[in-house]
Amino acid sequence: MAGQSIVLRNNQPVALTEIPRLSLDAFRAWTVSQVEAGKRLAVLCCFPQIHGFLLCAVLADDANGWLELAGAEAAQEFPSLTPQCVQAQLFEREIFETYGLRPVDHPWLKPVRFPCASHHPNHKIGEMDYFQVEGPEVHEVAVGPVHAGVIEPGHFRFQCHGERVFHLEISLGYQHRGVMQALLQASESQRRHLMETAAGDATAGHTTAYCNALDALAGRQAPARAHAIRGIALEFERIACHIGDLGAMAGDVGFLPTQAYCGRIRGAALNMTAAICGNRFSRGLIRPGGVAYDLDDAIIRHLLERLEAVRADAVSAIELLWITPSVLERFERTGVVSKEIAEEIGLVGPAARACGLNRDVRHDFARGIYQFQQIPIASVESGDVYGRAMVRWLELLRSMTFVREMLLALPDSKIMSEPGAMKPESIVVSLVEGWRGEICHIAVTDAQGELSGYKIIDPSFHNWFGLACALRDEAISDFPLCNKSFNLSYCGFDL
Amino acid sequence: MLFEILKARFQQGHQTTAYPAGPPPQLSERFAGMPAIERSACHSCDGICAGLCPSRAIQRDAAGAVALDMGRCLFCNECAEACPKDAIRFTSQYQLAAAKREDLITDGVNADARLALNERAARLYGRSFALRVVSAGGCGACEADVNVLTTLTWDIGRFGLHYAASPRHADGLLLIGPVPENMAFAVKETYDAIPAPKFVIAVGACAISGGMYADHPECHAGRRPIIPIDLHIPGCPPHPLTILDGLLRFLGRISEE
Ligand code: SF4
Repeated sequence: MAGQSIVLRNNQPVALTEIPRLSLDAFRAWTVSQVEAGKRLAVLCCFPQIHGFLLCAVLADDANGWLELAGAEAAQEFPSLTPQCVQAQLFEREIFETYGLRPVDHPWLKPVRFPCASHHPNHKIGEMDYFQVEGPEVHEVAVGPVHAGVIEPGHFRFQCHGERVFHLEISLGYQHRGVMQALLQASESQRRHLMETAAGDATAGHTTAYCNALDALAGRQAPARAHAIRGIALEFERIACHIGDLGAMAGDVGFLPTQAYCGRIRGAALNMTAAICGNRFSRGLIRPGGVAYDLDDAIIRHLLERLEAVRADAVSAIELLWITPSVLERFERTGVVSKEIAEEIGLVGPAARACGLNRDVRHDFARGIYQFQQIPIASVESGDVYGRAMVRWLELLRSMTFVREMLLALPDSKIMSEPGAMKPESIVVSLVEGWRGEICHIAVTDAQGELSGYKIIDPSFHNWFGLACALRDEAISDFPLCNKSFNLSYCGFDL
Repeated sequence: MLFEILKARFQQGHQTTAYPAGPPPQLSERFAGMPAIERSACHSCDGICAGLCPSRAIQRDAAGAVALDMGRCLFCNECAEACPKDAIRFTSQYQLAAAKREDLITDGVNADARLALNERAARLYGRSFALRVVSAGGCGACEADVNVLTTLTWDIGRFGLHYAASPRHADGLLLIGPVPENMAFAVKETYDAIPAPKFVIAVGACAISGGMYADHPECHAGRRPIIPIDLHIPGCPPHPLTILDGLLRFLGRISEE
């Protein structure tokens, strides 16, 4: 397939001119064939050019650890990939909604985020054709945007037969703040704060992806110690969120001890991040070129101590789940996503690893500290709530070991590298394994070396559809539990 | 199994903070709380801090003196790092909430106490206050630190505070996020559904002023507010202790020094 695509590593910048420009039909055929051959559509996006658009597809070859990038120029429309490649469906809807570039023959071009300045002036949030099941005793349940708990807003439509869910459709956009629209006009520090709040519970993940992308374009390497501190922040984020979610899942099945303890332990985990940078969500820590806060011996000692305490408390609280029949009875065989479906729709992160797919950016596309210190992938086969809970438990244990090892052997170096100018007319793809899964950022520069295009793909963008699939044939009363087992980001999707 | 549960209970111990009767939990030494502006040190440079601030929280008057709006501030510390004269610094004071929006602006001259007390709220709901929490464009961080107050570290149930699952059961609305256009209707509907008398608590820079999103045409908070606000709790996100202190002072549960 020489000449159809260019092969890249994670964070390897290339000149825009090196992207092969295929005909629209060849682009479609190539992308579809690659996905059929087992690769994953990490991104399908378009960048406006002086004339028309440049469509870009990034295929992830998880087994070999490389990315393939191909492009095609389009003016007003392009042949839709979706009929042959389900993974393209949401990307194509997004392209159409944002730029008006039409994927011809897309089976259902529904809105994605209902942006105010959309190409559909009559859009009103939440108003669209929902998939409907008809028949006697079939009824519809609509939930949201505002939910009962303290969570972000989104709308869910269930087609039910009694308690049984035939189909769930998820309609988002309520959190749309215009992040992407603001990014290119923003100053560097503003851009960083937009990244920090793109999905504010995954701050370390998104800022690392952003800073790695910028560093790569500027030809600078963050010092080893900075990479280690970024890694520690990223793993703390994972530890805190997994603990919190395991507690919330326990709450959803009415097992209160684990719920009560985990809520508190999550806070203790967030406090470890605060010990590094003063903020529980690692705000202000990760910056282009390195990190803003160093760890001195006192902090390292403090963190090691806290980590041990968090580990002991987490083990005592969470292991109760695996020995309690009433919990296991609710976790097992609930919200199953088969390995085939997971593969077909392109799930990422713990949700994918719970279905037996061994994909993890830290392993497959290792950058920074993960190149030197490996974390074993945690995966199980069952694809149910139990699987997602177990994967999170296994990986949070491994993250704790990883952080401990790093704290004990922190590389001795500066924490900030010298600034450099960004390469003009280049593109870089930056992947990071956030706690929800693959965070992907793409940065493009213009002739002056300024950012002229940017794309953020939160793992939730891939995984919301997985939640919908998990609900098929489930009892509607299990929705909260299934939802928590994924715990996807609304704002990271809506941006 | 029962034995294991008891063992876990023993391991977890007693974790609820002694605050407010006792001392508050220890915060990180790097925690950025109430900003302190040293007027005499500020030598009115070209406004390095104001130029740098990502959320445009720093204004300079004609004479070049700076004022920092905590309602917009992200507490990112960048102005303090950049100031050549150390005229801005962030103290460890966690009490930041204020009832009046203008009290969030600090210029180093009027450093008076910022009052959060709402006498009417204290009289009506001082012993039991149910809040409906609405995230409208919140990024998940304020949500987490609002939610954490229900855990056993903070246990706001001790004060008769709780989060209600329906606006009909609430005495007030706790607002998070810059209120995107796509949530404007839902925020208004929720507010209207809460029986009067009702109060609104804005948590975080986004809900108070729009924060980083203040100038986005997609967002309402700040320039085009949807509902009136009775208590402002600044931060990005505010520390749980800052939120709890604000709520308790608002309801007159702890005195304002
Ligand atoms: S700490 Fe606040 S005022 Fe200072 S630069 Fe950051 S956002 Fe602006």
